[in-house]
Amino acid sequence: MPIEPIIKILFIFSVMVMGLAPIITWIERKQSAVMQDRIGANRADLNGITILGLLHPAADVIKLMMKEDMVPEGANRVMHMLSPLIAAVPAIMAFAVIPFGGVYVFGDTTLNLVGADIDWGLLYIFVLGSIAAYGNVVAGWSSNNNWSMLGGLRASAQMISYEVTMGLTIVGIFMVFQTLRLSDMALAQDTSFRVLGFLDVHFGLNWAWIDWIRLPAWGIIYQPLGFLMFLTAVMAENKRPPFDLPEGESEIIAGYHLEYSGMRFGLFFMSEFIEIILIAALTTTLFLGGWAVPWLSTETIINGISSVMGTGFATGLCILIHFVSFLLKVIFMIWVQMLIRWSLPRFRYDQVMSLCWKILLPLSIANIFVTGAVLLWVKG
Amino acid sequence: MLAEYTGVLVILVVGVVVACAMLGIHLLLGPRRQFSGKHEPFECGESQIVSPRRRYAVKFYMVAILFVVFDVEAIFFYPWGAIFQDLGWFGFTTMFIFTIPLAIGLIYEWMKGGLEW
Repeated sequence: MPIEPIIKILFIFSVMVMGLAPIITWIERKQSAVMQDRIGANRADLNGITILGLLHPAADVIKLMMKEDMVPEGANRVMHMLSPLIAAVPAIMAFAVIPFGGVYVFGDTTLNLVGADIDWGLLYIFVLGSIAAYGNVVAGWSSNNNWSMLGGLRASAQMISYEVTMGLTIVGIFMVFQTLRLSDMALAQDTSFRVLGFLDVHFGLNWAWIDWIRLPAWGIIYQPLGFLMFLTAVMAENKRPPFDLPEGESEIIAGYHLEYSGMRFGLFFMSEFIEIILIAALTTTLFLGGWAVPWLSTETIINGISSVMGTGFATGLCILIHFVSFLLKVIFMIWVQMLIRWSLPRFRYDQVMSLCWKILLPLSIANIFVTGAVLLWVKG
Repeated sequence: MLAEYTGVLVILVVGVVVACAMLGIHLLLGPRRQFSGKHEPFECGESQIVSPRRRYAVKFYMVAILFVVFDVEAIFFYPWGAIFQDLGWFGFTTMFIFTIPLAIGLIYEWMKGGLEW
């Protein structure tokens, strides 16, 4: 058993799932409090020490653990027990292919900072997303409750609709980067390109100042519309407000997890928050350059530092800089999602479905062909 | 060849162990106070009159059929997108022709009212 992938997996698991997921529940409470002009979570304390309410996630876990485990009459007991696992485990598994650093060379060993560098990485994440949908549908069906059943049906229709759109919105990204491997995509974004380079290629105007106008070669620059559509589709896939129709407290009480208590409910809750982090990490990797620092490529950083200190130290420092850059972008994307979640009210179900089939689907297919035509024209 | 899948196996084990441990600890720590009526399905204070295991609106099944059509089509875009720059205008035209029946299907569905709720 090789030790290297185990360490990398345990690292990303402990940072992203065990570290960031509880903090997000705190971020959500604090941010909603700031946006609604109130104080927010600050009551949980240990001998009067509250640490800004950061003890609330721990209090949550203890409360959920101490609740009674309930299964309603007439429910399918096996499926009722399995469905939280089907929802939570794929959400955790998806982090295996997210690159949290580039490829570094130490003497004769190379270090590739991604848990499992498989060449169909993005498809792997979509596969897991489809499996996670079963968790909600089975939860709704197995509870023997009318509200749960409605929630499960809504969840199934909404999630499969947005899965199609989610897949089509990022075909443009494959066309630009020519790969499905997430670590290669992040590597391709670790550079910058000349914005007015097409003047040079097509019109033969090679002015010197053209070289100085540069943008980072990030997915969001190549695919601005793709970014917006992808973010909408994945947020709908995660069933958070304003797309929380399957839960809809005021219409169908709590939807598919109505008959769940204690940690069984806690796993649904946890998988939702892990998916927020996953969405943030995925949009960062696809559209915001992953671990890359804008305008400073890996060689620039390593050469800059190694002229002062040794190359080994410079590479180590570069790994740290890249990881911090990745983490900052992920936290920024989490903040954006929270901002949307607390700004917009819930849509109606027909609005959600027509947004998917009538707006996002035709637009995403148009996006593919416009991207293709522009790419071929620019390449010449 | 299969070495890169070690990470997937490791995270599968970690995820299943953590999730099962959470459920297990919850089963051990939680109280057990059962009495008749407590485990009835929640129905806003009334007894359940109709069973949830019955037939539902056909809309949801229509969406499922639409999904099968479009998801199979979408998966064709993936390998095509990944080698698009090598295929050039030939690949572009081929995929455009491939998309026309897809678009006709969507327009037909739209006109027939299959996308209305």
